[in-house]
Amino acid sequence: MAKPNLLNSFLVLTQLVIVAGTILLIYHAFGESWKKSIAPVPMATSSGPVEEDPERVENGIHMETGLVYAEGFDLVRANCLACHSSKLILQNRASRAGWQQMIDWMQATQGLWDLGDKEPKIVDYLAEYYAPKEIGRRANLDLNAVEWYILDLEN
Amino acid sequence: MAKKQKRGLHEWYANDPIEADQQLWGRESHASTRRGFLKTSAKIAMGLVLGAPMVYAEHFPAGMIPAALAHDDRPFALPGKHPDLIVLNDRPINAETPPHLLDDALTPADVFFVRNNGIPPELTQIDLQQWTLSIGGESVRQPKTYSLAELKSKFTTHTYQLTLECGGNGRKEFNPPAKGNQWSVGAVGCAAWTGVRLRDVLQDAGIKADAQYIGYYGRDTHLSGDPNKVPISRGVPMTKALEDESLIAWAMNGKDLPWLNGYPLRLVFGGWPASCSGKWLTRIDVRNRVHDGQKMGGQSYRVPCKPVAPGAKVPDEEMCIIESMPVKSLITYPRSGATIRSGQQLPIRGHAWGGDLAVQAVEYSIDFGASWQPCELSAPANRLAWQHFKARIAFPQPGYYEVWARATDSEGRMQPMLLPGWNPKGYLNNACHRIAVKVG
Repeated sequence: MAKPNLLNSFLVLTQLVIVAGTILLIYHAFGESWKKSIAPVPMATSSGPVEEDPERVENGIHMETGLVYAEGFDLVRANCLACHSSKLILQNRASRAGWQQMIDWMQATQGLWDLGDKEPKIVDYLAEYYAPKEIGRRANLDLNAVEWYILDLEN
Repeated sequence: MAKKQKRGLHEWYANDPIEADQQLWGRESHASTRRGFLKTSAKIAMGLVLGAPMVYAEHFPAGMIPAALAHDDRPFALPGKHPDLIVLNDRPINAETPPHLLDDALTPADVFFVRNNGIPPELTQIDLQQWTLSIGGESVRQPKTYSLAELKSKFTTHTYQLTLECGGNGRKEFNPPAKGNQWSVGAVGCAAWTGVRLRDVLQDAGIKADAQYIGYYGRDTHLSGDPNKVPISRGVPMTKALEDESLIAWAMNGKDLPWLNGYPLRLVFGGWPASCSGKWLTRIDVRNRVHDGQKMGGQSYRVPCKPVAPGAKVPDEEMCIIESMPVKSLITYPRSGATIRSGQQLPIRGHAWGGDLAVQAVEYSIDFGASWQPCELSAPANRLAWQHFKARIAFPQPGYYEVWARATDSEGRMQPMLLPGWNPKGYLNNACHRIAVKVG
């Protein structure tokens, strides 16, 4: 008899902890979302914690999207990020012709709309900030990305 | 890949909490109240990551990070997936496995890479009792539809270890750069797949003499949300479709398929671009021509029929469909960056695979290919399974080294140390894998 009682007590205790934790969570989160919902749309401000501002620009990079904040950014955001992640732009590099081909392909096969006179501006932006780098037939290992560690071996 | 390119949970939520909810958990929020409406699938997904079902999930506010994850600065885990997978794209979801997480003989479900072309069906929309597979197309004798239960009871069940690799694995290294997800080395895995032979099912429906190709359709939806658009519908020639190891599978490593890898039903064609192996499978057409579904034509999963110079423009009609993948290997132990003491021997191990072919040898080099030493190589568990290699390395003196591995297939073709033939879409990079090591 002792064991089931102990188990029951444990379960009750666990549930209490979960319920209490959930209440705390909800309280915390409502506070957060309330703050967010009343906050004005933030543009470069001098007051308030900077981390709260998803629209902030640091070192020329728009932090929410990771894209270069320069002429053409708004067009790219409105027309490209409507369908896909900015990651797809960030990880690619291409010449003006290369970016143009990608747009043509998206229009032909992926349902991208006619960009009209915005198209050359978008291509200008992409070709300017996401141009190819010359790396030869095989790049060195990216030693900046290597995390060195001591490997413990038996011998 | 540099750590800074990974995307953390906090960043994701900071950007757009409502969108993060929708993308990660399938949770839809009411715009005015910001109360999240957690669908069953979202509860399951959150539970998977939290490691326990979520109590009072319906009260959980929109756009909020569960507290259990809030102090975790690691990159965010996709539902059912290891947190250290490298997320290349969140719409559609594409994530690759760091090589050191591929060390197991069979790739565990939570580290198996994800390459989605569309949006997977929501878990709540997947009813195992209602799920059916239809066999149709102009070269089938008698169109038929099977329930999951019928597939499992009517045909003999088989399990094979089969290697799946994305056709674009390694794309990141091509120069000039190729467009698309910039896969490094980890869009590959080998699991034990359980299901029925595609051949048995096709023969039950009857194959006409003019059959050339099969094409699949699944329940994933197009990124645009347009229900009339198919995200991907590829397939294989009849010769590949009718092989012993070509499966209609419902299990990976003895358990239901992971949701992001095609639950509850998919095709598996080992050794061919993984895009041939349709997920969330509902229909297979037997075609009297090369299948003409989405991403079969144009430049998708095709390479120039004849070699071209880097950066060349290649017209569609000169692009040929990729079939068997080339020979390749991966060092899965140790993780790149190991530092050992002078005089210690370094054990290395990894896997090698050769598309439709077996691997006859794997060698390693610590002097950038000036000399090569043999590795011990295991036989494949079955045809189209990857093989395991290992070696112990003695270094002549302290310093910086790179350990390079090179596999040779059964027809004598080796991995190149430089990038293989450039192609517009950046497929088939099977250049040698290498890791950095410091001694002393």
